[in-house]
Amino acid sequence: MLNIIWLLLLASGIVVAALNGNIEVVTEAALGAARGAVEVCFDLVGVMALWLGIMKIAESGGLVQSLARLLRPITVRLFPSVPSHHPAMGTIILNLSANMLGLGNAATPFGMKAMQELQELNQDSNEASEAMCTFLALNTSCITLIPATIIAVRLSFNSANPTEIVGACIFSTTISMVIAVSLDYWFRTRSRWRKR
Amino acid sequence: MLHAVLSLVSKWAIPVLLLAVPIYGHMKKVPVYEAFVEGAEEGFKTAVKIIPFLVGMMVAISVFRASGAMDFLSILLEPLTSRIGAPSEVLPLAIMRPMSGSAVLGMATDLMRVYGPDSFIGRLASVMQGTTDTTFFILTVYFGSVGIKKYRYSIVTGLTADITGFLAAIYICNILFR
Repeated sequence: MLNIIWLLLLASGIVVAALNGNIEVVTEAALGAARGAVEVCFDLVGVMALWLGIMKIAESGGLVQSLARLLRPITVRLFPSVPSHHPAMGTIILNLSANMLGLGNAATPFGMKAMQELQELNQDSNEASEAMCTFLALNTSCITLIPATIIAVRLSFNSANPTEIVGACIFSTTISMVIAVSLDYWFRTRSRWRKR
Repeated sequence: MLHAVLSLVSKWAIPVLLLAVPIYGHMKKVPVYEAFVEGAEEGFKTAVKIIPFLVGMMVAISVFRASGAMDFLSILLEPLTSRIGAPSEVLPLAIMRPMSGSAVLGMATDLMRVYGPDSFIGRLASVMQGTTDTTFFILTVYFGSVGIKKYRYSIVTGLTADITGFLAAIYICNILFR
């Protein structure tokens, strides 16, 4: 699936550029993006280190575990394949909370840490586990209570009411989250049936 | 009122966390600085590991966008989306939303500069920006950091959620802001 999408993006781009007679754009875009990707990663290094460091303190003190215990009734239903006391549960909750608060730069480090913990349960296979798919379904569709970036942009253009969009955001993101979780559930049950 | 509360929360969230967690740790007798460094060590390793995945994805997306293929796709989709009340101006934003966060923020900012933040287009662009996430970026980075190459059904789930979010955003904006 991803192989096809990747090929389509690349091939359609190159064909359209050729037909438009500006093929040199392709070279420029490809090389620029390759450099840009590394820059994104290096920007992440510091932020990752900061948040994973703070998380380690919270973990050593038992804060993450108490948070996980509090939300266990929900998480055991969403992640039936993860043992209920596994550390991945705590990290998943941290990631989703950071997402909800609009703290994008804290969400990514927690998310990657959660994936590493889920990967241990997955016996280091190169294929995504059920729990990973559910986690990503939640993560990509997660409710943002404070869309801070877009509020800041609206404010900078002198909007009369910069936060009027928050209710609409919560409405549409709730719908997409419900769809994502149901679809993930459906796929999961179907793939189990096929394995039998 | 709402605006005051939200901006207060987003201004204070990080400083409060940076203060509260170490104080909590200290009270629980955690050697806070040592624990911090131990956790921080993993940051570099993980960030470096995702480089190949991110290069692959960003190159394909950038070629797709810069070549004009994306504009072509939004021309193709226009008759379909104008029926459900989406102005053609926001279509490129919807197409790029799952792929690149920074590109979409740039597009949304530009729409607000041209049409104003309180126009229908400006509001719809804001809601779309705040609704879904950059699915491709998240899948690439998260799966990449643990070396997963087979994503199974998670792409379909993520993209369906994005399309649903887009349609829901159009629907609610047409009701609230039209």
